[in-house]
Amino acid sequence: MTQVTFSPSIKTRPVYAPLQSQGDAPAILLCEGDGALAILDLAARDASVLGRAHLIHIPAGTAHGPRLRALGARMYHEAPSFEALAARYGKALADATMSTRLYLAGTEGLIAKATAAALAAGLPHQAIQAEHRGSIARRMQCVHCKGVTEEVTTDPFTCSHCGLTLFVRDHFSRRLGAFQGVCVDAETPGDVPATQEIRP
Amino acid sequence: MSARLLRVTEVAPLTPLVTRFRFEDPDGAPLPLFSGGAHVVVEMPDEGVLRRNAYSLISAPDDGSGYEIAVRREDTGRGGSRYMHSQVTPGTLMTVTSPVNLFSLDLRARKHVLIAGGIGITPFLSQLRQLARMQAPFELHYAARSRAEAAGLAFLPSAPNIHLHISDEGNRMDLGAILTGQPLGTHVYTCGPEGLITSVEQAAARLNWPKAALHSEAFLSPPPGKPFDVTLARSGRTLTVGPNQSLLEALEAAEIDIPWSCRGGACGQCETAVTACHGRIDHNDHWLSDDDRAAQQKIMPCVSRFQGQHLAIDR
Repeated sequence: MTQVTFSPSIKTRPVYAPLQSQGDAPAILLCEGDGALAILDLAARDASVLGRAHLIHIPAGTAHGPRLRALGARMYHEAPSFEALAARYGKALADATMSTRLYLAGTEGLIAKATAAALAAGLPHQAIQAEHRGSIARRMQCVHCKGVTEEVTTDPFTCSHCGLTLFVRDHFSRRLGAFQGVCVDAETPGDVPATQEIRP
Repeated sequence: MSARLLRVTEVAPLTPLVTRFRFEDPDGAPLPLFSGGAHVVVEMPDEGVLRRNAYSLISAPDDGSGYEIAVRREDTGRGGSRYMHSQVTPGTLMTVTSPVNLFSLDLRARKHVLIAGGIGITPFLSQLRQLARMQAPFELHYAARSRAEAAGLAFLPSAPNIHLHISDEGNRMDLGAILTGQPLGTHVYTCGPEGLITSVEQAAARLNWPKAALHSEAFLSPPPGKPFDVTLARSGRTLTVGPNQSLLEALEAAEIDIPWSCRGGACGQCETAVTACHGRIDHNDHWLSDDDRAAQQKIMPCVSRFQGQHLAIDR
């Protein structure tokens, strides 16, 4: 899948650029699904990026694993989900130094969760690069009940925690790693606009 | 700039060249508290010229009973530090601004690495008190030529995270070793000569440090230079800036109202638009971007000078 072009939006909406090699600095590379293709492209441009790299892959139904493993990163690991990686990813961040670079590739939800965890571990956001590949589904936080609904593809949508009908905003919280969903019919209950598919 | 008249209560030598001064309110009123790394600007009426020099506060940020500074005598300087050393005695009344901080600790940091060269130890002396209160992890690296010249020694406890690098004793600072392996969330603060700040930036770049984790402060005193004329676009008046005067001081002498804070090319308060420039602005500040410098449409009157035929500014 090629890269998605997102429409221009407010400043807080994250933007993604193709990954750029920072050479053989110590690195953590985390990719999910077709995000693997972004890592393969990066390694094709500069193989030295893998010299001191910890490469972690979440296949998510894709079959890129063997090609990623063949890149020859210092460490290679596959996991079924981001949640299953929590201990490994947390340890990689705990062992990282101020020279470490983080490369992320995959859906917005994966990028958002991995970025929030890295920032919480003290990695400066300038050390984080992200390339979007795959679905444009969003990770949404309900601003009312604070519950997070994953894989949101329609606007408005129903909060999976409190049941309110939420408007999908472009307002993004880097700390929470989620877009903000606001009750769409708070003023006139029941007056809900027609549901449409989220566009990039 | 809010300022108050304070009485000098202590003048004590720290080294042959560096003297500590303590200021208190003449009526004993408490002074505003500050944060580690803050500075004040001290006014000196020196033979008809009103000098204003910025000095880092070295006393405890949470102690409002007085402000303390350490001044190094620069015999080849423009005269401010000489005035402090020769004219100021206990009892002298001086105008001192409220503290301003352009070099505060980044409170998001998980660890602070402080790197001081020579008299650049001063802002760290108040920061150390704040770090102690915050119980935040830190290490201090203090480079000086000799123990006799190291004015900060008297204030530094002996502790495993306080490192002295005395070049006369062959113990030079190894910036690569200091910056290698620092944990995520470390911020680095450098104060000292321009060369030290550049060396830290270069070592950090080699080791892949993100720039946002680097902080520095270098107060410049306005460099002397050839006299030059400046036209004030709003009134059409023309002033001459003397060889040992800054453009800011010339504007003040002509009673032109202009905001300022650090007077050392760091804070950006006195930034002034250039309306005509036939010649070259000598940008001596740390404020303008490289693009701004090249465009020659802005000038920092506190430290920058001009060479050429004609300079007009929006004042």
